[in-house]
Amino acid sequence: MDLFEYQGKQYFARYDIPVSKGDVAVTVDQAIAAADAAGYPVVVKAQVQVGGRGKAGGIKLANNADEVRTHAGNILGMDIKGHVVKRVWVENASDIAEEYYASFTLDRGAKKHLLMLSREGGVEIEEVAEKNPAAILMLHIDPVDGLPAAAAKKAAVDAKIPEAAQQGVADILVKLYRCFVEGDCDLAEINPLILKPTGEVHALDAKVSLDENAEFRHPEWAEFQATVELDARELLAREKGLQYIGLDGSVGIIANGAGLAMSTLDVVNQVGGSAANFLDIGGGANADVMAGALEVINSDKNVKSIFINIFGGITRGDEVAQGIVEALGRVDLRAPIVIRLDGTNAAEGRDILKNAGIPESKLTSKSTMLEAAEAAVALAK
Amino acid sequence: MAIFVDQNTKVIVQGLTGGQGKYHGLRNKAYGTQIVAGVTPGKGGTDVEGIPVYNSVAEAVKATGATASFVTVPPKAASAAILEAAGAGITFIVCITEGIPAQDEARTYNTLVRDFPKVRLLGPNCPGIISPGKCNIGITAGEIAQLPSAKGPNVGIVSRSGTLTYQALYELKQLGIGVSTCVGIGGDPVPGTSFIDCLREFQADPETHAIIMIGEIGGSAEEEAAEFIKANVTKPMSAYIAGVTAPAGKKMGHAGAIVSGGKGTAQGKMDALRAAGVLVGHNPTEAGSLMAGIVAGIVAGLS
Repeated sequence: MDLFEYQGKQYFARYDIPVSKGDVAVTVDQAIAAADAAGYPVVVKAQVQVGGRGKAGGIKLANNADEVRTHAGNILGMDIKGHVVKRVWVENASDIAEEYYASFTLDRGAKKHLLMLSREGGVEIEEVAEKNPAAILMLHIDPVDGLPAAAAKKAAVDAKIPEAAQQGVADILVKLYRCFVEGDCDLAEINPLILKPTGEVHALDAKVSLDENAEFRHPEWAEFQATVELDARELLAREKGLQYIGLDGSVGIIANGAGLAMSTLDVVNQVGGSAANFLDIGGGANADVMAGALEVINSDKNVKSIFINIFGGITRGDEVAQGIVEALGRVDLRAPIVIRLDGTNAAEGRDILKNAGIPESKLTSKSTMLEAAEAAVALAK
Repeated sequence: MAIFVDQNTKVIVQGLTGGQGKYHGLRNKAYGTQIVAGVTPGKGGTDVEGIPVYNSVAEAVKATGATASFVTVPPKAASAAILEAAGAGITFIVCITEGIPAQDEARTYNTLVRDFPKVRLLGPNCPGIISPGKCNIGITAGEIAQLPSAKGPNVGIVSRSGTLTYQALYELKQLGIGVSTCVGIGGDPVPGTSFIDCLREFQADPETHAIIMIGEIGGSAEEEAAEFIKANVTKPMSAYIAGVTAPAGKKMGHAGAIVSGGKGTAQGKMDALRAAGVLVGHNPTEAGSLMAGIVAGIVAGLS
């Protein structure tokens, strides 16, 4: 789950990482109140999860309430690369002496945490990596050891952070690492991490991505969930606890397992069709899950055929079949189903479907993935 | 021969008294796996259809001499269960649990590396391992796995994706090709066992004559495997990578993009494997038929 900047800053604040005084606003009046509280001059920043806000006019400096009114009015509702701005973050403007970059992620290859620290911040870190890779310090951290204060200080020195800022940067690294680990982040990034003329080091931006598997131990994440922007199909899928990604094609896809779901998309594409979605019903999917999945697919007006691709491991073929029969009783499906069912209890499942008296115009069974994909794509044309 | 597990492997099930644990534990037993005990804290002294249940892994190991464990407990308890098994002398741990936080996985993996270097963890979030006819630990439906033949050729399977592992088994069964061992390494960020670990074992296993590898987008495990194959694997291989048409998935932001440095796309992975001499199919069925060609070539060479 990716957080908006203002949520990231609020999350940072929980771990004592210094951020600018400010507040989030959804109306112009709220923005003015936030600016009054933060103290002028302020920066009004569009809250969208896409890069290039500044260039698009989504970040403006305001010296008084009138300027806040103008800028917030312009920015709220603005379309930045397809993202409509619903909120602005208004914060006290900082004087900047220098800009750095700091982030923690998991390096999957090394199976260790990775700190990236650079004295060249404020620009896209990919650009730095391309033009001047030597300017980025990459440090692997064993999760068992963590990041002691001395190691953080050494990292700041090794990254050639100017001496005046080294201690401040090291302090923030320790806090950011705690936020990354205890806060269950996939990514915790500060860009820019600034040095003020007065000597303090401070997070001017926040990019945080949370690991949804850890949601059970973070009740405070509930408020972040509320702002996740999903289309109607994705919302319905979330309510039903399904792994769903909306796409633009005409073949609705239901598969069990992320790999098989991806593979199903590939095969549909290979035989000349296009998928309307990615939907993984996961392991252990029962009748209810299948019925829910069909309801979500049915809510997509572009869907002309539905390809159910199930290979049973934990998921049992008889339960899947039961789910389809049940769903056909519950929902009036607009599109015909092509199913390919194999693995655990597949024969029982196929029998259930055969004996349910479903007309062939509504459901066809194929024995291989390719045949099923061809049939589904033909029906969608 | 087979890799990691065979007919002599004694297995305990951590979580045998739970719904999934009971269902799959009993299925594994019915397949012929030596499921010798279950472990559920507080339920010691009971049994699940004749399989004795102990309060701790240490007690179960002491009573049965088990060396492998099948961990099927909820995400919150999985890390502790894995470390308990390692501490009690289990040397091969299969964890099928889905949804373990990445931070827990990273800490658990590195704790194993440091404190229990001889312990192998398979998973988490994997379908398990099956050496057909000998041992099945996990959630694979045993009947879809073709038994290896005494004179070969037999194929080893290693896969990052659960259902595609079954798909690969199924394709080989349709073609009548025997399987030495099929390992599902799982798709989580920090898998205990990598492609390379399995490739090394398959290369050394005299009963394995060729290898199928199933990968997917994200990370760089397939590219690393390709490097390893180029230098170390002489047995013929076919492969499939899922996700050619998948939308750019969960973005890790800028930092993530840098770590993978252009790696992680299906195309990049297929190119890397091809450059290492692997035959790459466009779907699982094609990877199966490419393997059929490889096997026919081996048979022709043998006769």
